[in-house]
Order: sequence, then structure tokens, then C-alpha cells
Amino acid sequence: MSASAVFVLDLKGKVLICRNYKGDVDMAEIDHFLPLLLQQEEEGLLSPAITRGNVHFLWIKHSNLYLVATTNKNSNAALVYAFLYKLVEVFTEYFKELEEESIQDNFVVVYELLDELMDFGFPQTTDSKILQEYITQEGNKLEVAKSKVPTTVTNAVSWRSEGIKYKKNEVFIDVIESINVLVNANGSVMSSDIVGSIKLKTMLSGMPELRLGLNDRVLFTLTGRDKGKSVAMEDVKFHQCVRLSRFENDRTISFIPPDGESELMSYRINTHVKPLIWIESVIERFSHSRVEIMVKAKGQFKKQSVANNVEIKVPVPSDADSPKFKTSTGHAKYVPEKNLVVWTIKSFPGGKEFLMRAHFGLPSVENDEKEAKPPITVKFEIPYFTVSGIQVRYMKIIEKSGYQALPWVRYITQSGDYQLRTNS
Amino acid sequence: MTDSKYFTTNKKGEIFELKAELNNEKKEKRKEAVKKVIAAMTVGKDVSSLFPDVVNCMQTDNLELKKLVYLYLMNYAKSQPDMAIMAVNSFVKDCEDPNPLIRALAVRTMGCIRVDKITEYLCEPLRKCLKDEDPYVRKTAAVCVAKLHDINAQMVEDQGFLDSLRDLIADSNPMVVANAVAALSEISESHPNSNLLDLNPQNINKLLTALNECTEWGQIFILDCLSNYNPKDEREAQSICERVTPRLSHANSAVVLSAVKVLMKFLELLPKDSDYYGTLLKKLSPPLVTLLSGEPEVQYVALRNINLIVQKRPEILKQEIKVFFVKYNDPIYVKLEKLDIMIRLASQANIAQVLAELKEYATEVDVDFVRKAVRAIGRCAIKVEQSAERCVSTLLDLIQTKVNYVVQEAIVVIRDIFRKYPNKYESIIATLCENLDSLDEPDARAAMIWIVGEYAERIDNADELLESFLEGFHDESTQVQLTLLTAIVKLFLKKPSETQELVQQVLSLATQDSDNPDLRDRGYIYWRLLSTDPVTAKEVVLSEKPLISEETDLIEPTLLDELICHIGSLASVYHKPPNAFVEGSHGIHRKHLPIQHGSIDTGESPVSTGPTAALDQPQVIPSQGDLLGDLLNLDLGPPVNVPQVSSMQMGAVDLLGGGLDSLVSPKPCIFSVSQILKKVFVRVFWSQVLLRLHCFVFLCSFGVIPTTPLPIHTPLMPNQSIDISLPLSTIGPVMKMDPLNNLQVAVKNIIDVFYFSCLIPLNIFFVEDGKMERQVFLVTWKDIPNENELQYQIKECHLNADTVSGKLQNNNIFTIAKRNVEGQDMLYQSLKLTNGIWILAELRIQPGNPNYTLKIGASLFLSLQAYRPIDRSSVYKVVLEGCQT
Repeated sequence: MSASAVFVLDLKGKVLICRNYKGDVDMAEIDHFLPLLLQQEEEGLLSPAITRGNVHFLWIKHSNLYLVATTNKNSNAALVYAFLYKLVEVFTEYFKELEEESIQDNFVVVYELLDELMDFGFPQTTDSKILQEYITQEGNKLEVAKSKVPTTVTNAVSWRSEGIKYKKNEVFIDVIESINVLVNANGSVMSSDIVGSIKLKTMLSGMPELRLGLNDRVLFTLTGRDKGKSVAMEDVKFHQCVRLSRFENDRTISFIPPDGESELMSYRINTHVKPLIWIESVIERFSHSRVEIMVKAKGQFKKQSVANNVEIKVPVPSDADSPKFKTSTGHAKYVPEKNLVVWTIKSFPGGKEFLMRAHFGLPSVENDEKEAKPPITVKFEIPYFTVSGIQVRYMKIIEKSGYQALPWVRYITQSGDYQLRTNS
Repeated sequence: MTDSKYFTTNKKGEIFELKAELNNEKKEKRKEAVKKVIAAMTVGKDVSSLFPDVVNCMQTDNLELKKLVYLYLMNYAKSQPDMAIMAVNSFVKDCEDPNPLIRALAVRTMGCIRVDKITEYLCEPLRKCLKDEDPYVRKTAAVCVAKLHDINAQMVEDQGFLDSLRDLIADSNPMVVANAVAALSEISESHPNSNLLDLNPQNINKLLTALNECTEWGQIFILDCLSNYNPKDEREAQSICERVTPRLSHANSAVVLSAVKVLMKFLELLPKDSDYYGTLLKKLSPPLVTLLSGEPEVQYVALRNINLIVQKRPEILKQEIKVFFVKYNDPIYVKLEKLDIMIRLASQANIAQVLAELKEYATEVDVDFVRKAVRAIGRCAIKVEQSAERCVSTLLDLIQTKVNYVVQEAIVVIRDIFRKYPNKYESIIATLCENLDSLDEPDARAAMIWIVGEYAERIDNADELLESFLEGFHDESTQVQLTLLTAIVKLFLKKPSETQELVQQVLSLATQDSDNPDLRDRGYIYWRLLSTDPVTAKEVVLSEKPLISEETDLIEPTLLDELICHIGSLASVYHKPPNAFVEGSHGIHRKHLPIQHGSIDTGESPVSTGPTAALDQPQVIPSQGDLLGDLLNLDLGPPVNVPQVSSMQMGAVDLLGGGLDSLVSPKPCIFSVSQILKKVFVRVFWSQVLLRLHCFVFLCSFGVIPTTPLPIHTPLMPNQSIDISLPLSTIGPVMKMDPLNNLQVAVKNIIDVFYFSCLIPLNIFFVEDGKMERQVFLVTWKDIPNENELQYQIKECHLNADTVSGKLQNNNIFTIAKRNVEGQDMLYQSLKLTNGIWILAELRIQPGNPNYTLKIGASLFLSLQAYRPIDRSSVYKVVLEGCQT
């Protein structure tokens, strides 16, 4: 159904650790993985699923590791990739960083986790908070107290254990919206959307029932309320804890939250958004002598708001040299290893316009190879503000002990995949 | 302190040392030693010789140590099967441990020890664990059944474990249900015939309940299992869909794709005009788009599946083309897939944007991607007719960039554009010719040569251009050689006077100096054709070519349907059926989409056994036979699909035989056309399904239409058939068919429109007053231009002239005159078609020789000029059948 075996390899293709789940694929097959991968890369035909004979390698890369699943069946590929990414998530939560060293340093736990995460190719319990209750790095402790299966593992509520206690009951809600924009060289917006995410940091005792109220347009229409601004969410995705059928029926977002930090939901909004930071650029290339770059950035958002940590990355030719900059605010830096000029503006108020000029020399002997045309990318963060206008109307918290809990909400808008193509 | 220290021991006699440590009295020491052993195992050292010592450490109450020992066992038991038995006792004991974690660990590890000998010892512990009070143990035991089945299927069946698994589907714990479903699905994959899961409405209901409560992975197992279920009617399908739809909002992309699979399958069962159907289609689009914001590998799987979904139900994503625009930092595999989907979604409404994007991509650096982008522009031109001009000018712009591979790719696609829109864009040929020298790839060279040959009459120096290619003829690839040969022959036929030398040169190069059999054969064919009959040669070589079709790379519909059943799996990623890449799966039942049973519930859902093309897909009308083959080989054997018709026998004639079986299945009806005196009747049999007809449309070259509505007033029951006679007349719309006597019929009922085609015997279109005046005949016959004449041999006809004449007369082919020349009987005949076209014939019969010679010509006043030669020959074929019997 899914993986026959799972491997963690270093960049040279050496197996750091592996687990054979089904025994129907020769474990030695993995030796062919990296050579095949490199060959595909060379031919420009790289693919996340590599086939050799009747063996298929499904792989992902994380820092200096390859995580590879093998199979010889018609496996559920979507499940395998989701599982490999889940492995990364779990290992990262266990070891902070997932890399070659952390695998070696913790091989006993890694084996234990691999044993618990998947059985005969079927993913099992993958919630790291729950796993941490009975698979710990301190093996000795385990002997005494925690050698029981937490009932959570098989509960319908498999993401939260009972008996959690906090002195002060609070929940922090972060509403983060990322703006994805693709602008053509002639300045027309090819595509734009908003990907929102609602993250929770839950510090609540017991088994609280939560209900989140948003200014959701569908809900407003359903309940016949039409005052106030509402937001039409194109698609919504929820954490395992949210009762999906309930949402489907009456748009109620009700759940028992996982303890600590988690992403409760994400949503996508298709409405055409005005790019919050608009860039106009003129890149003039005078062959064999110089490149002149002029970039104008304009904050297209409310005057009261401020964009923080703005970074505008402008591509320059790889053979450019002797940079000279002039900026009306912030400062520009040449990053030769990435062929970029990075223009940083710590604080960018709405409605303002700034200018940067850069001048580069070009060698008289140019390399003939055609160069890629990377787009200009922009990074920024605007606090206390969401583009879509989404609002948390309420967060109801009910626990049988009847404590009062405080919800805190914070809004942030930030750049997502924000690309502006250039002319040269 | 980290575990990495265990990797560092590298002294001589390491194994010996480890052995000593494993037998140390102190628990802690032993644990350290086992860790060292596992570390050695991890780096690939062979520590199997320590087997007995490690197994000795198994009896411990330290969970961590136990896990390590178990891990060791899983790795080495297979290489030490005899010693593995030593571990059995521990397993049996651990399966009764008060701690459920240990019971589960034991039963999980047990199944991973793939040693046949010990499996039988494991049956009892497994049986207990399947009924364990702790769900954690039960869910682990459920998977263990699948493991055991993999090692010894017979034993699992004999021990009744399959029944125990089935019982677990009703378990109170959702995790247990999910694992039981997963295990049963896995087992049934290797058991093609057994209906292990026993999917009935009760079980389905249990699964749907568990779906809301189990983990994300469990949801995937259940959804994948649900997708194999065939709901008995649309109501059940809809209610399952309603309960599956919420899964589209799950954060896990694999859950979403599995839900999409179930919905795509069950959509087949929902009536297209229902509100729910429309709502469901709308709900599918947003989650598919959201999958594209996932990790690149997930995007890739999503895109490969979207590619299928777009082909199956284009309406779902037709508004979403923008999300498939390529980002600079997308991995190449994502870029290429997006490009493919963009073209599939391209339409008149969005073509401007698409072209702007494609032009942008064509200036990137990645050669493969750029090529594909250029090719995409050509595909757009062919697909969206209104955009052709824009595409051509975009391609010209790209050619101006002089980037070598861009130019070559552009020329290849321009050839295809010429083939789709002949005589429209030839003005750009001059620009193309400028780039002749830069073409170094066979594809591009061949494309350019084809263009020069095809339009030789408009290119002044075509001969020089082609001659320049001829110089290095033997260094060219076969593809280029073949194209060059054809191009020069075309040139010769168009400008014979100046190019005789050239054509001789290429013919001799192809036939005498080449080792390639294909090239030689083609050379000889041209040579003989040119030397024996230049007129025919012209007809063959310069004949009008069929236009190329819009979408050349669509997945064949039955494969597409099968792949839709495998959404999310490797099959959907590779676009190949599982049996093409999974060993030993050939006997496995291939999946297919469910079939709508119609509105009448027969109480018993019919099990379809035949091929399962989806009913609501319009069927393609197949072209009748290979036309070119007929042209070259003027053999007058009965044409395919037209059984011999006895002209004397006036009864109903089934023209199609089994021809429809391949068209529609389960086949809804069979047509037959019969001729009774001057009326044509259509007989209709309905079978299998249901049908209240809404309308009935005919299309044919002779304007045949029914004069009364179809007299079927009550819906037909499945498998019921009725005969209907339907008077027809020839006053309907005329649409030229190929072949001429092709009749296309569309039948609309509540399900959909069905299309059929059949051949009508042409002789029913011969009218009674087809007898021409002698004088008129003589004049007309003389005036028929040569190119309107055809000559045939009719073989094996053992009739004398009078009998033939009589038989033909019965079919309204009239003999005007009969002469005897040098012992041969010459019959001069005429016939008239319902559309007023006259056809004249001269039949030469030599007594004693069963082969007749027939010469036919079409009348001047209503010339057949408009028809291509091939059409005429098919007219005559039908005529001649009369003669043959």
C-alpha cells in the first residue's frame, strides 16, 4: 500500500539508518538510488519518483539528508510523500535539527520512532507530542513511569492527552496572511492570492472544547447576518482536531486543541489583491561595459501601517563587478554568491515611495552562456493588519471545570511567494 | 552524551569483546553492549554471529533494551532461522505481559520475523491479541495478520484470521477499524478474486463513521477502501459523497487526494442534471488548487493527478488556469507538468494570457523547458483556432531571436500548424527558409524539408533548397532521408520540367545507395508509380491530407478511466496502469469506473463483466477502414463492415454485424437498415438498458431523415428490445460523410446522447428513373473527363451478361445498351442517385473469364469533382456488390 522500507541517506548516498517494513524489496536496491538521481539530474529529467526495474524510489531532501521510501507495488504516492514530510516534522521536534549528526546521535530513538510511526507500510501514530509521552530520549526514565501506552494513541482524540494543567489558562491566536504575487515584466499582475494561516499556542488545562468564530462570508450568508465585512475563503484546510463534518454542515469551527503550538487551519483567498509593495524596475545592460539598475518601491497599503524588515532582492548578471549604490532609504548590499542586490528597508510606511540605484561594471569579455532571468523578489511583514480583512470574532472556551480563559489575537500580513519578472 | 559514541569502537576482536559484554552480569552493561551491536548493524557490519547472545538479553523488563533486541531479531532472524526458534518463547510470553505496550511490541515484531518455521507458533498469541482488551494491541494485531498472510497465506486462511479481521471492522475503536481495513485491503490485493472486505451498505456505514474519528492515515486507508465500493444506486452514491466531502478540508494532502478519488469515481453515478452533481463539481476545484501550495513533491503528485482530472472533467478547473502559471523557482518537474496542464486548459477565453506566459517561458535558460514552451505555443495554435494567427506571430518573434534550439523547435511546430490550417500562413515560409542553415536536429530538418516539399509551387528556389539537403544525403538520419525523398517527389510532380534530374538523383540515392529497407522500399514505390502512371502518382502523393487533430496526446479513454480509479497512487503519477509496472499483478482485476444504472431500479444491481467505457462519454465515431490502403490496392473485395447484400433478397439486412460492440458497451442498441421497395426503414433494437428517447437525429451525405418521430412511447426495460419501422426520406440536411454512405445517428435519452454510425447500402439511393436516354448516354459518356473515370476488376463473378443485367436492374442500375466486341460482352449502364447525380458504367464481360472489367464515370452535369477520388471508389464498391452475387 505504501512504503516497503524507509531509508535516511547522506548526500553521498550512504545509508545512515533504515527500516525494512515489508521485506518485499531487496534492501540493497538503495545503492542504486543516488547514481540514478544524479543521472536524472544531469539529463534534466529529475523527478520525485525514480524507477529501477520494478522498484520505485520516492524521495524528498531535507538539509543534508535524503529520505527515501522504496516500494514495488502501486503505492499511494501522496501518502508516501506526506509520510516522509511527517518524518521530518517528528524528527525535527525530537532533535531540534534534522541532519546527519542528529540521526547518528540519536539512532536508538530513531529506530524506536521508525518502529512506532509505521507498521508494515501503514503509517500509525505520527503526532510527536503524543509520541514524546512514551518514546523519550532518556531511556532510563521510561522504565519507571512511562512504560504504558498513553490512551491518547488510540483515542478518537489522538492529539491531546488528559490531565494537562496550567495555572493561568490562555490561548494565543496568530492570524498570518501571506501574499503570493506574480507580476509580469510589463507590470500586469498575472496571478495573486492570499494564503492565510491561523496558529494557536494553547495553554489550557484539561480537555477544553473550543469554538472559533470568523467573519466567514458563507457563515454570514447561512445565518442571514449581513452587517459588517465578511471574507470569502476559497478553500479551508483544518488540523486533524477540527470536526470537519460539523464545518461542512454549519461552518462551525469546533475542536479540542492540541496542547502547545499548532496550526489550526489554513485558507486560501483568490481575490485579486493589489501588490502591497509595488516595484518598478529599469535594468539597463550596456554590453561589455556596465549595468544600471533603478528600482522604485511603493507601499500600497494604509498610511497608518508600516511594513517591517523589507528586503528587495534584485538579480544582477553573474559576471558583474564593482558595485555602486545610491538609496533614498535603507541600504543596499551586493551578494555576489547569489548574484543579487539586496535592498533592506527596516521600516516602510504605507503610501511612501523609495528609490534605489545601482551601478555595476561588466567585463569586456563576456561569457556567451545565456543567463537565467530570475525575478525580483520582495520580503516584508506588516503587523496588526490582514489584507483580506479576516477577523477573529470570538473564541469560546468551555472546559468542564469551568475555568475562565483568555484568548489573545495577533494579526500579521507577510510576503509569500512574491515575484516580479524583469525585462532583461 | 549522545549515541554516536557507540559507533566509535573499532578495535580488533570487536565481536569477541561484544560477546563478553552481552553476557555481562550487569544489566546496564548488557544494554550498552546491545546498543553497540545495533550501532554496528546500522553501519552495515555483520553481527549475526552474536545471535544467541543477543537473544539471551531478550528476557528483560527494560523496554528500551527489549526494543533493541527485537530490532536485532528482525534483521537477522532470516539468516539464522534455526536459532530464531529460541525467540519464540519470549514472544509468547511477552504477548501475555500485563503492559499493553509490550504485548503490542511482541505481536508487531513477531510478524516481521519472516521465518516460515516459527509462524505456526505465533498463531495462538496472535489470536489472543486480536481479542485483546487494549485497542493499541488490537490495532497492532490487525496489521500482523497482513504480515503473516504475506509469509503464509494458507495458514492465515485456515486459522480463520481473515474472519477475525472482518470482525474488527465493527470494532469500537476507530484506529482498530482503520488498521483492519488497511490489512484487508493489502491482503485482497494479492487475492484478486476474493471479496475479502465484503463491502455492503452496513460495513460502508461503519467505515464512514470511523472516518470521522480516526487518524489522518486511517482516513486514507478507509477512503482508499471506499473507492473500491460500487454503490447500488445514485442515492447511495450521493449519501457517501456527502459524508466524504468534508475530508477535502483536511490539512493532509493525501487525505484530500484519496477523497478526490472517491468523489471522482462516484460522480459517474450521479445524474448530470442534478443540483448535487453541479455542487460537487464546484467543491472539487478549490482543494485541488490548494494542493499546489504544498511541498514540491506533493505538488508533483497533485499536478499529475490534475492532468488526469482535467482530461476526464475539464469543467472542474477551467477557470483556474492562472494557478498553473510557472514560477521561477519551481522545480523542473513541476514546471513541465504545469505547462502541460496549461495547454489542456487553454481556450479562447484565456489564450492571450497563456500565450504571454508561454512567450516568457520560451526565453528562459532551461533548454528542455524552453523547448516544451515553444511546442506548447504550437499546440495552442492547433487547439484554439482563433489564436492561430497570434501563435504564429509569437513563433516568428521567437525565430527572430536566433536562439538555435528555439528556432528548431518553432519550425517543427509550424509544420504542424501548416497541417492544421493549410493555405493560411504560407507567407511566412520565406522567413523560415532564412534559417535553413542553422537547423542541425533531424526533427527540425525534416520539418523544414516537409514544408518546402509541400509548398514547392510557391517557393521559387524549392529545387535549390532541397538539392542542398541532398548533398549529404547519407549522413542524414532516416527520418530526414524519408522526408527528403517524399519532398523531392512532390516537387517533381508539381514542377516536372525543371526537376527531373533531381528526382532521379534522389531515387537512385534511396534505392541503390542505401541499406535502409524502408527508404529503399519507399524509393521503389515512388519510382514505379512515377514511371507507370504519373496521374495516379499525382493523386497518391499530392492527395489532400487529413487535418491533424487538436489533441494528440490525450490519454486513451479506458486507460483514463482506470487511472481515475488510482488517483493518488503511483499509477496516477506514471500515467500507467498498475499492471504495467507491478510484477505479478497481471491476474489482478483492473479497476474501472462504476456504471450508472439508469433511473429504473431493477432490484438487483447488474454486475458488469464486459469492458466498461463510461456511458456518459460521447463515443467517437470510428473512421471506416484505411482509405489509403484502398486507393493503392484497387482490389474490389467487399469493404469492411458492409456484409454482402443480396440484391434479390429484400428482407432486413443487418449492416453492422457486431460492429457496434466496440463502440458502446454495454451496447444499447443495434441498428439495421433495410430497403423495402422505395422506402427505407430503420429497425432499432434496444437492449440492456432502459430508454426513454428524447430525440433522434440523422446525418448523412444524402440527407436521410426519419419522417415521423420514433414511435417508442414507454421506457424500455433493461434487456427489452423492440422492432420499429421508420419511414425515411431524403429531404434532410446534407453533410458529406466519409465514406459517402456513412450514416451517423445520434440518440438522446435521459442519460446522455449516444452516437452511432453505420453504412447504408448505397443501392437504396439509386432511383427508379435512373435509365438514361441512349443518345444522352452516348454524349455524356464521351464527355466524361478522364479524371472522373475509374476502372476496376471484379473478380470471381460466374454470371453471364444477361443475369448480371437483370440483377442490377433490380437495384435500379439500368442497362442502356449491350454490345459484343471481339467475343466480349459490353454492358453500358446508368444509375441516378437520389441527389440527382448520374453515374455511368461500362461493364466488360468475357465469357469463361470470371473477372469482369468495370469502367465508371460520373456525369458531367452534376460532376463528382467535388468529391475526392476515394469517395467515388466507395460509391462504386457498393454498386458492384450487386454484380458479385
